[in-house]
Amino acid sequence: MKDFIIPDDRDMGTPARTGAPVTLTVDGFEITVPAGTSVMRAAAEAGMQIPKLCASDNIEAYGSCRLCVVEIEGRRGTPASCTTPVAEGMAVRTQTPRVRKIRKGVMELYISDHPLDCLTCAANGDCELQDMAGAVGLRDMRYEPGVNHYDPFGIGTLAQGDARARTTGDLGNPAYIPKDDSNPYFTYDPSKCIVCSRCVRACEEVQGTFALTIEGRGFDSRVSAGAALDDFMSSDCVSCGACVQACPTATLQEKSVIELGTPERSVITTCAYCGVGCSFKAELNGDELVRMVPWKHGKANHGHSCVKGRFAYGYASHKDRILNPMIRDSVDEPWQEVSWDEALTFAADRMRGLQAKYGQKSIGVITSSRCTNEETYLVQKMARAVFRNNNTDTCARVCHSPTGYGLGQTFGTSAGTQDFDSIEETDVVVLIGANPTDAHPVFASRMKKRLREGARIIVIDPRRIDLVRSAHVEAAHHLALRPGTNVAVVSAMAHVIVTEGLMDQDYIRERCDWDEFQDYAEFISDARHSPEATEELTGVPAEELRAAARLFATGGNGAIYYGLGVTEHSQGSTTVMGIANLAMLTGNVGRNGVGVNPLRGQNNVQGACDMGSFPHELPGYRHVKNEGVRDIYEEVWGVPIDPEPGLRIPNMLDAAVEGTFKGLYCQGEDILQSDPDTKHVAAGLAAMECVIVHDLFLNETANYAHVFLPGSTFLEKDGTFTNAERRINRVREVMKPVNGYADWEVTQLLANAMGAGWNYTHPSQIMDEIAATTPSFAGVSYDVLEEKGSVQWPCNEDNPDGTPLMHVDGFMRGKGRFIVTEYVATDEKTGPRFPLLLTTGRILSQYNVGAQTRRTANSEWHDQDLLEIHPNDAELRGIKDGQWVKLASRSGETSLRAMVSDRMSPGVVYTTFHHPDTQANVITTEFSDWATNCPEYKVTAVQVSHSNGPTDWQEDYNAQAEQSRRILPAAE
Amino acid sequence: MQTQTPAIPDTEIQAVIDKDLHLEAPLLPILHGLQATFGHIPDNAIPLVGAALNITKAEVHGVMSFYHDFRKVPAGRHVLRICRAEACQSMGGKALADETLKLLGLDWHGTTANGAVTIEPVYCLGLCACAPAAMVDDKVIGRLDKSRMDKILQEAGA
Repeated sequence: MKDFIIPDDRDMGTPARTGAPVTLTVDGFEITVPAGTSVMRAAAEAGMQIPKLCASDNIEAYGSCRLCVVEIEGRRGTPASCTTPVAEGMAVRTQTPRVRKIRKGVMELYISDHPLDCLTCAANGDCELQDMAGAVGLRDMRYEPGVNHYDPFGIGTLAQGDARARTTGDLGNPAYIPKDDSNPYFTYDPSKCIVCSRCVRACEEVQGTFALTIEGRGFDSRVSAGAALDDFMSSDCVSCGACVQACPTATLQEKSVIELGTPERSVITTCAYCGVGCSFKAELNGDELVRMVPWKHGKANHGHSCVKGRFAYGYASHKDRILNPMIRDSVDEPWQEVSWDEALTFAADRMRGLQAKYGQKSIGVITSSRCTNEETYLVQKMARAVFRNNNTDTCARVCHSPTGYGLGQTFGTSAGTQDFDSIEETDVVVLIGANPTDAHPVFASRMKKRLREGARIIVIDPRRIDLVRSAHVEAAHHLALRPGTNVAVVSAMAHVIVTEGLMDQDYIRERCDWDEFQDYAEFISDARHSPEATEELTGVPAEELRAAARLFATGGNGAIYYGLGVTEHSQGSTTVMGIANLAMLTGNVGRNGVGVNPLRGQNNVQGACDMGSFPHELPGYRHVKNEGVRDIYEEVWGVPIDPEPGLRIPNMLDAAVEGTFKGLYCQGEDILQSDPDTKHVAAGLAAMECVIVHDLFLNETANYAHVFLPGSTFLEKDGTFTNAERRINRVREVMKPVNGYADWEVTQLLANAMGAGWNYTHPSQIMDEIAATTPSFAGVSYDVLEEKGSVQWPCNEDNPDGTPLMHVDGFMRGKGRFIVTEYVATDEKTGPRFPLLLTTGRILSQYNVGAQTRRTANSEWHDQDLLEIHPNDAELRGIKDGQWVKLASRSGETSLRAMVSDRMSPGVVYTTFHHPDTQANVITTEFSDWATNCPEYKVTAVQVSHSNGPTDWQEDYNAQAEQSRRILPAAE
Repeated sequence: MQTQTPAIPDTEIQAVIDKDLHLEAPLLPILHGLQATFGHIPDNAIPLVGAALNITKAEVHGVMSFYHDFRKVPAGRHVLRICRAEACQSMGGKALADETLKLLGLDWHGTTANGAVTIEPVYCLGLCACAPAAMVDDKVIGRLDKSRMDKILQEAGA
């Protein structure tokens, strides 16, 4: 890896091992390492860096470069230290005249086919080939220029600059391959390649995509993306950056480094995209971000990344970003840029005015799952301590609120039970309603690695996602259910396990409530839950389902991973409880390799829930009706807290339409695009008298806003994010906020404009307040995070180091609780007018509403939302691939292009919601989860028909949006 | 120059792939099958082979390009392989090869304009005792000289 800034970040050469201790000497120094460790790594542990080119500690040793040869006493020859395991008593010499001579000779050969461009090369100062030439003391190159890969014209030039100066115009060297610039973020320059295969191996071992290969043999060997005619863009490459990271030279190089130069400083921080929470090293020159490099000590990602976190940060400096506060009296006026003071006074006066006129409960807040824990905490505190009501909600409402409810009810905590490392010990993965290769790519890579090691996977999803079948992955069972029948499928699996006696009785007796289990067993054993009885309803063949259930119950460590395909249904909470039942039935909670694991969508959706964003819960999932909990906050905050739960997002919008809810402070969330039934959301927003949008961009919601407060990106503030494994990761200020204030400061300014009198000077003080008031965070502080890197809550007196695994000695709530899961069909039904079922999801390159990724080159992979439709359904309607189609439900209609694909089941269509031009949520309905109001995004009855282009609604909407985004020049 | 090869329908390629899918480690047998059937491995076969074996097109390409005998375009009706290994070279094989190439106006791997002969280098046919050696299609020929070579080319229609 190209690590050159943090000294202890050196590459140990080969991966760590875990065998019994073995003691050897390296150059006379004694060192003890686990059996199976390579001599190279042992030497590195002893402080001796053996020269190397083809080895790196995130991929298995390969032994091709022959630079790392050593001498071992009593052994013949000069073995490669990377492929030689240590042995007891071994005596290794890393520097002898013999190995020095070999290394020099090898280096000389490498350099004989490498351009001597160092001074003008993008990797200058960050090149392992250069380092190794220095390390082996190469002083001369005896070979005459001959056949080579670097001289484009075949006229004996040694450097590209020289070649340009002496160009003859025609490429006289058939072995020269020009640069491949097709990927927007990095280049592939074969003329600098030393064919060490690190990129190919990283693509296979780390990322699991297998997009790269070495073509040809001998001197003709070249790295090739895809087949002969492919470039990087047309290959299977997912642009995760693992190959760029692995490349020891400038062959695979970030375009940003080519343009800006090698970075001179770095800051460790946490990615702000999905719930995996990857640690990154932000590398900069001054305050200019040069690149984001995955940090190998990050406990969630272990040095891996995806195209979003690695490359898609350009939105932070995009021209669309709003840097000055703006206000307007009504939403049909253009925006007026004003000072922070004026904007905050305007907002505070309006909000206070609304409360005076319409009552204390007429205003509220929406917290953001994209912002830090500290910022979220302050926003909900604003509702509770400044507005004096509980009108706070968060976007988790529309994604994982059923997880919080369902797991809270059954296990006693509203979070996943494992850490990501747990997957390394899983034998059977059950994946329900999640598509990690697109939505949680870094975790998907780890899952795929485990699958390649022999674990099996059962996929429950209406689409044939990549984990059903893609290179080196083949699901043991794919239960392609009809959308909306999750509960029936999960219950049928439980039915098979109970009726065939496959449950873990001892586990259930010891850890769960036996009486409740017996009630549940009686319920689930009823024939109406059998796979045969539900086959017609779910579309899943009974035999396949039985086989899947048997595999899960008997195949070893069984882990359930699920996503929004579980929660975003009218029975989302029921499915979560059904999943918990399955895990308890089979004894799969409380150790490594098992568990119930929600794949959280947003970087801090876990944190936003933890921080008391919900209208009925104070931080730490404690109900506002609980007087003891209110007392804690009343004492710290010095105000009385309303004991009545406040409004959820849908209730706020309903109340707004009815005229009782008038003002909203919405931080970092675009409810107009992300929430279901767009027209209803728009009507609600339009009815409010003060909408304060606090965001990076004039998002769709801002079309209905009166105050716009510019936000700061994750690069511009300190704080913490909590990922899907409850891991609290530090976010560090990489550069100063370009808008002037970090988001927590803006919230504080607004609160103070309303008379709050807060005086936090650093987010660590907010975390201290959280720790002092919330038992599960009691042991968390910035000092602890600095020391440990990250901790997983609960972190308190009982668990000072945090809790990677939950429910180890018993469930948090005492006894695990089985809850009966009766299947109730959704009210959203297909019929003659709307015969197809629409389900929605994400794609790898875009993120959520796309506010960030659409403003990066990621759009080169996905520039519009497409409607995936099965060939049969398409043919029936005369629809061809790429045609405009109209997608209509009883809520509304929109137009987009069709993509005919047999990944879909017949009768089901699919689209993403990344682009506001499409507004897929115009189609989705107001139905929601019975327990939590989580919207039923995943099931909408629709019809698809021909169309000539955008619908009237889309055109009206775009016109209105354009009108609403006008900004007047700032008053002088 | 190679002539444009007509596209081979996916269905025909698939039929050849399916024949060997049951084998253990079927990639090489499938590639051989394709070459035997179509005289080369068409570009459009690469993703199909990948899909059948659940591997990527890059992996198929990596294997295929490793072996010189797998062709991307069909060869001429006959393939003449002239040995260029040490023993044959020392017995005049190099001169004979140069002469033959010059006569036909081809470079290595080239095919005559009438499509009759493709000429390729080979490194040792195991016939060092009767060097210089060559191979015409599946038949090896030892003790080559100018006149035997002329006869070979004539018979092959070059």
